[in-house]
Amino acid sequence: MLSAPLVVLLQPRGLAWAGATVAALASFAIALALTIAVLDGQPQVYAMGGWPAPYGIALGVDAFSALVLLVVTGAGAASLLAARPSIDQQIEQERQPLFYSAWLLGLAGLVGIVVSADAFNIFVFMEISSLASYILIAGGPDRRALPAVFKYLIMGTIGATFYLIGVGLIYMMTGTLNLADMEARIGDVVDMNPILVAAGFITIGLALKAAVFPLHVWLPNAYTQAPHMVTVFLAACATKVALYVLIRFDYLVFQAKLADHEVQFALFAMPLAILGILVASAVAMFEGNLKRLLATSSVAQIGYILLGASFVSQAGLSASVMHIFNHALAKGGLFLAVACLAYHYRDLRLDQLGGAAARMPWTCAALVVCGFSLIGIPGTAGFISKWLLISAALESGPWGWGLVAVILVSSLMAVVYIWRIVEAVYFRAAVEGDSQPAEAPLQLLLVTWLVALLNIFFGLFPGVPLELANSTATLLAGFAS
Amino acid sequence: MTPETAILVALILPLGGALAIALAGRVSPNLRETVTLVTAAALIWVVWGLLPTLMAGGRPAVEISQVMPGLTIAFKVEPLGMLFAALASGLWIINSVYSIGYMRGNKEQNQTRFYTCFALALSATMGVAFAGNLFTLFLFYELLTLSTYPLVSHKGDPATVRSARVYLGVLLSTSIGLFLPAIIWTYMVAGTGDFTPGGILAGKLDDPAIGLLLGLFVFGIGKAAVMPVHRWLPAAMVAPTPVSALLHAVAVVKAGVFAITKIIVYVFGIDFLFDAPSSGWLLYMAAFTIIAASLIALRQTNIKRLLAYSTIAQLSYVVMAAAILKPLAEVGAAIHIVAHAFGKITLFFAAGAIYVASKKTELHQLRGIGRRMPWTMAAFSIGALSMIGVPPTAGFVSKWYILAGAFEADNLVAVFTIIASTALNAAYFLPILYLAWFERENSGAPEHGEAPLAAVLALCVTALLTLAFFLFNGPVIELESQVVRGFT
Repeated sequence: MLSAPLVVLLQPRGLAWAGATVAALASFAIALALTIAVLDGQPQVYAMGGWPAPYGIALGVDAFSALVLLVVTGAGAASLLAARPSIDQQIEQERQPLFYSAWLLGLAGLVGIVVSADAFNIFVFMEISSLASYILIAGGPDRRALPAVFKYLIMGTIGATFYLIGVGLIYMMTGTLNLADMEARIGDVVDMNPILVAAGFITIGLALKAAVFPLHVWLPNAYTQAPHMVTVFLAACATKVALYVLIRFDYLVFQAKLADHEVQFALFAMPLAILGILVASAVAMFEGNLKRLLATSSVAQIGYILLGASFVSQAGLSASVMHIFNHALAKGGLFLAVACLAYHYRDLRLDQLGGAAARMPWTCAALVVCGFSLIGIPGTAGFISKWLLISAALESGPWGWGLVAVILVSSLMAVVYIWRIVEAVYFRAAVEGDSQPAEAPLQLLLVTWLVALLNIFFGLFPGVPLELANSTATLLAGFAS
Repeated sequence: MTPETAILVALILPLGGALAIALAGRVSPNLRETVTLVTAAALIWVVWGLLPTLMAGGRPAVEISQVMPGLTIAFKVEPLGMLFAALASGLWIINSVYSIGYMRGNKEQNQTRFYTCFALALSATMGVAFAGNLFTLFLFYELLTLSTYPLVSHKGDPATVRSARVYLGVLLSTSIGLFLPAIIWTYMVAGTGDFTPGGILAGKLDDPAIGLLLGLFVFGIGKAAVMPVHRWLPAAMVAPTPVSALLHAVAVVKAGVFAITKIIVYVFGIDFLFDAPSSGWLLYMAAFTIIAASLIALRQTNIKRLLAYSTIAQLSYVVMAAAILKPLAEVGAAIHIVAHAFGKITLFFAAGAIYVASKKTELHQLRGIGRRMPWTMAAFSIGALSMIGVPPTAGFVSKWYILAGAFEADNLVAVFTIIASTALNAAYFLPILYLAWFERENSGAPEHGEAPLAAVLALCVTALLTLAFFLFNGPVIELESQVVRGFT
């Protein structure tokens, strides 16, 4: 998996895409195989260089990482598979091999984060993936991408630094970087204050990377200005990986041994999650640019994931993990449809998209299906996580009903912003006289529909992700108690 | 075909029909309409084929998939759902004949989309009717909202899109904001959402919470149009008339009251609810809706809007009947679903026929129209009399049962409401009849005759059904009495 970028560098121009896609598909296949193994009940551990776990660098896959791994490699494979027509349009031929190799580096970095069982390794992979994504976002033809990337770069670096400071503090106190070992040794530490500070640094650093409200300011610009296919890839998995590390750290390492960490985490995460959900949804309701609208909605959806985690209960965690999976499906599908639209519409403001449904009926239909999933209409994947989240909120205690209200209100806001898109593409009169049917290239369209259908499939048969989410929740909550 | 297969076929048939209609639409309109009619006929054959099993006391059930532990997509046919499915499928074919006349007569755009969405809506209706638990009901309830949205916004001009936005906004926000939490609450309290005779909540919920849960259900099911969530129904009148006729007089709105009745009978259980004082408000709310909607209807000048408000009032008859919580009244609620369907679809058909023939939409334009369109107006009159509840029409039968239930419960509020609303119904329908039959047309009015044959034929059939139901209602009552068998 990790050597793939080097291979691509050697490829001649036209084959760069093919090589990258094959590599991404291969990693997806490996992820599937790992998932099947994990579903059989065997966590996979690989010690690099043959050194046993606490000393050497270990890679491990359990239910949680299997699910996130599926999301990451799936998003990578799907977006690369569809990417060619869109990328050909947006990026010059000469730069394409470099571009694809940056893409694979990003993918490898994200995969690395997920499988690492070692805090410092996570940092290294995080930097790899971040650097790659700066390149990817800046790679588009639009020069406005540069300030967006610069903002992302600054924020991302601060986040990574905070994380590193936290890890450093813990290393100082415990002398280990292996997550499992860390968890065991924190109990022996006499002076808890440095650990507490470390927990704060790590949580905030990762929250920055994950675009948790109000540390999200880099996200809408970056997603909007990136090449369309890059947006698909990043929106589906980049922030989720940071959330994955956040949840993993807070539950596996700190929860058990740090006094009152549960309460602190809940008090930190819950208000931010609620604010993020409400504010970002409200902003999305008034956003005029299609890509920015969806990017803003991502901030709200990250809020859902965090909200589930902040319940510190098994039901909440399982809802949260499930939403990582389902939101990747919904938002990935939406951005794929956007990429299809963008193939013919250079200007993605809503008032410029009139008549799109008549020109590109299949694209718009896929857009609607994924939009339903984002809203949480029953029968789509989004509904499953909404259901779990509401059940978890009801169980969570006296404020349960208030939280339910927050979730429902934001769902209604989602109806509003999705419907603004629907009305724009279906009912607004075409701006130019050009109304010839002009669908997106088949390659792009097929992948878009594949994702749209998966949204429905996992809405009706969520068995596999649900099982993974539940065993994740058991695993994580087991440490919490 | 076993009953279990029949359930699945009833769901898939309109779905496949929708696909076939979409494909056939590219070939020729005639083929498309043939496919519609064939699908509708086949659906009747399948759905009505279930009747003997039900009459014999059978309750065929199928489970499709287990979405989450305890949460399944499952279907189970019981008398209420059977009646609703039989009604909707039976009227679909009549409505299709009418649609052909109406849509061609008006030279409407996008007819293929229209017939496709119609078939989809019917598939969702079958799902609502046969749903075996709350989750399945909710799934198809939302599908019904979404599949009817393109029908409501059919015209596509800004005013229509605005109205369609109200339609979707009210229905989705109530269902997501209230219905969904009610369902999740029920699952958490009772551990299941299966529709079970006698209810599933008995002994699991205390008093003030019962009233609250009932409120979440009743207002969450916005399709029942209990005030104050009725605004979507007048808004939906921007749709072509066949849509208003089948969907906003039968399938969609009846899905609402049907769901409420089903939830009262099979989730709460009528005895359980009767003993809970906090559930009493529902009756008053329904009574208020009946009176208020009738008063608003008095002031309407547009035919379709008047019919819409009349529908709101008639829907609350069903809700009120269910809320009386006595066996006879529950039977009355079920019968009123049928009786009102026959009458109101006739009225809408007539309104649409008038529009096709003369482009008239306002009440005052109807002066003397009875002479130009005698068949249409005769059918309209029968429908109007049924709304008032005059024998020998269908409306009389259901009112009789509801009144009987009200007396059984010594519920004077319900009795008074029925009497008052009968008077109000007469007050807004009789002047129309007078205007149409006895006034003389203004001089210089444009010449026109009857609507296209297909439309007239359809509305005559439904008018006859309205009359026939007065005489031949035995099987329906027998079937619905099974619902309350075992209650006192």
